Amino acid sequence: MKHLLSIDDLSTDEIIQLFETAADMHDVQGREVKKLPALRGRTVVNMFFEDSTRTRSSFEIAGKWLSADVINVSAKGSSASKGESLRDTVLTVCAMGVDGLVIRHPASGAAVQVSQWVDAAVVNAGDGMHEHPTQALLDAYTLRRHLGSLEGRHVAIVGDLTHSRVFRSNVQCLTRLGARVTVVAPPTLMPSGIGAWSAAAGFETSYDLDEVLRGAGVHGRPDAVMMLRVQRERMSGAFFPSPREYTVGYGLTRDRLALLEPDVPICHPGPMNRGLEIAADAADAAQSVVLEQVSSGLAIRMAVLYHLLAGEPEGGIA
Amino acid sequence: MPAPEEVSPDAVSRRAPRTDRTVLDARDISRALTRISHELLERNKGATDLVLLGLHTRGVPLAKRIAEKIAAVEGAPVAVGELDVTMYRDDLRSQPTRRAHRTALPPGGIDGKVVVLVDDVLFSGRTIRAALDALADLGRPSAVRLAVLVDRGHRELPIRADHVGKNLPSALAERVSVRLSEVDGTDEVTIS
Repeated sequence: MKHLLSIDDLSTDEIIQLFETAADMHDVQGREVKKLPALRGRTVVNMFFEDSTRTRSSFEIAGKWLSADVINVSAKGSSASKGESLRDTVLTVCAMGVDGLVIRHPASGAAVQVSQWVDAAVVNAGDGMHEHPTQALLDAYTLRRHLGSLEGRHVAIVGDLTHSRVFRSNVQCLTRLGARVTVVAPPTLMPSGIGAWSAAAGFETSYDLDEVLRGAGVHGRPDAVMMLRVQRERMSGAFFPSPREYTVGYGLTRDRLALLEPDVPICHPGPMNRGLEIAADAADAAQSVVLEQVSSGLAIRMAVLYHLLAGEPEGGIA
Repeated sequence: MPAPEEVSPDAVSRRAPRTDRTVLDARDISRALTRISHELLERNKGATDLVLLGLHTRGVPLAKRIAEKIAAVEGAPVAVGELDVTMYRDDLRSQPTRRAHRTALPPGGIDGKVVVLVDDVLFSGRTIRAALDALADLGRPSAVRLAVLVDRGHRELPIRADHVGKNLPSALAERVSVRLSEVDGTDEVTIS
């Protein structure tokens, strides 16, 4: 694996190996000296052309704990705001001898495009509405810690599917690991043409959250629920009449929380719109794994950087 | 998945079907570990503050066996852990990415303890160098000692073992293979 651009870049074996490495990395978080020398002398640049708290800081900490030198470049305050093209910005940074490039960009396909311009290993940290592979890996890793193998387990993904790269990466990752997936959204936020994809990939779609949570859907009761953020910054039109109406139909409210078994993990990739797609009761419930997702994310990103950058270039996983 | 320098028994037998020579059998290994256990107890004047850390892969079962023998003599359990040094190796960069293993310290940690590193073969000394670096990140032992089942010579660093099961003079081109029942299904040390 030279780059990590899409879940599709990984074989199922590689996904499992990343999880095993991440489990080793997870222990480092509890240590007094949180430092491993594996990436000493390597340079990683975080290029974020979109706002981010957790993804950027977790890539930064992951690189630093592995002893890489990490530099952050964000669109605000860089030459990109002076009108420099993405290609020129990336080539400029890479001319400084960068080994790894973590990129987030509002345009779908930006990471793939960048990977064709540079020699550095490119990690897609979210490209528009396309993919966010490390988020999918950390979600699956977190769920495995709670559910064991995901083979045959039922995961419901709920919310703004149209604008969600998290959903697109997660469906691939979860179905690859054998999970049964139901995606739930209002008709206006269901991606057009999802029918052909769901038929090919073998996941279910639904417009009725209550039915899915009650287990009246095709896959029965969910073993885990993944709430997605309503991405108002990407919404150009009116996708629902009012926030209140969205919450009534598709929010994980206190009443819907009561439909879930108390051991069903609730995920949210963050940042949460409390009171919109997830009620405070659900976000702070004992079964909410939102903060655990953050610490898992660190472990997963350490594992990804390790596998991409530690060995000889073009080397596989031994 | 085996790291590159560990050749599976199958691979060894494929490469050199006739030249394998057994230097230690199961009973020799057991006797060597018994002696090492007693040496450790004698040197440390008991098992208090002793922490055995097995190095992946085959040091881990060896550390557990030594711990069992010490427990049998002393009548009290001795702390055992496992240490993975993959991230600290000096040849990480020249090889395909290696899979890391778990590092697990006993609940009491290693601060102020006498840590005994346990490994199967002492060769160049580079693994032990990496282990010493790893230990420094995990705590501050009062002393670090090294116990190995086989010392085959050819050191590349100023490192020596405190407790050796068998000194095995070998040519650089020869291959020393340690097989343990927990990992390989059988107990023996061969040279080929």
